[in-house]
Amino acid sequence: MIESFCSWLSNTPVSQAIQDAFWVIPTVQTVHILAIATVMASVVMVDFRLLGVTARGQTIPDVAHRFLPWIWCAVVVLLLSGTILIIGEPGRELLSQVFWVKMTLLACALAITGAFQYALSRGTPIWENRKAVVRIAAVASLLIWVAILAAGRWIAYMAHE
Amino acid sequence: MNERTVRVSVSDLLTGLENTPVATAVRESTWLFPTIETVHVLSIAMVVGTIMIVDLRLINVASRRRSVSELMNEVLPWTWGAFVCAVITGGLLFSSSATKYFHNPPFEFKMLLLLLAAINMAVFHLGAYRGVALWDRDVMTPTGARIAGGISLAIWVTVVSLGRWIGFTTN
Repeated sequence: MIESFCSWLSNTPVSQAIQDAFWVIPTVQTVHILAIATVMASVVMVDFRLLGVTARGQTIPDVAHRFLPWIWCAVVVLLLSGTILIIGEPGRELLSQVFWVKMTLLACALAITGAFQYALSRGTPIWENRKAVVRIAAVASLLIWVAILAAGRWIAYMAHE
Repeated sequence: MNERTVRVSVSDLLTGLENTPVATAVRESTWLFPTIETVHVLSIAMVVGTIMIVDLRLINVASRRRSVSELMNEVLPWTWGAFVCAVITGGLLFSSSATKYFHNPPFEFKMLLLLLAAINMAVFHLGAYRGVALWDRDVMTPTGARIAGGISLAIWVTVVSLGRWIGFTTN
């Protein structure tokens, strides 16, 4: 079923236009990588603050308020640019196991970030009340984002035959 | 030494590099290249992401209430650590097909832009940044700082773009 969806999608005029313009895929991938850079740097700043490694002179809410909006905006850019890449080459992503692993990891990363954002917005200082949980979540978040980046690169090498 | 002998020695150097055991291993293994490339992309994401944090402060877009020098002390160690990783992994990828990359225009432009980024950084440190004590906490940074931040942003966006183009022009 996914196969027939991919072949339908790749025959749509939008997909054809992306395939015919040689510059679209590399350009959109560049935007995608710049958004990844924004997410990775922001996540590192927030998570290492939560772990008490960096920016100790600043409160956790200060650091979080500075970087979380950038994470959310970059995620929107990633979803949009990723969608264009899928429309351009549906089989490359949708038929790849690595792609679905990546999407699952992304859901986990967004859930952790969303939970933290929720606590922050409600003014619940979970980073003081539940230090251990927050530290584990920070480490998990870092590892998951790195795994997402790695999975993204490996989609290119584990292409569906 | 005329131009021809210089050319020959450069191409010998590149071939010599390609024939080192490490370069051969990267070229012939199925998993080494993608693995090193993944670390390269992660390093570049950290280099560019952290530089953007500083640049956006310099052009008054983000972290506007943060002291510029404190922000730089907080962020730039990450930039340098990641940059060292990017150079090592980039060197390994380059070695695997040194001749091919050396003659690839996007690769050549990318190296040129890294040089320009270094010059831009040096000019900023020797210029506007020397007087940082006077504007450290100002929302509005001086013209020199804004120009350096803008140039840096433009350079790094282009570096990422050229890096991606290398992959589309070498196969």
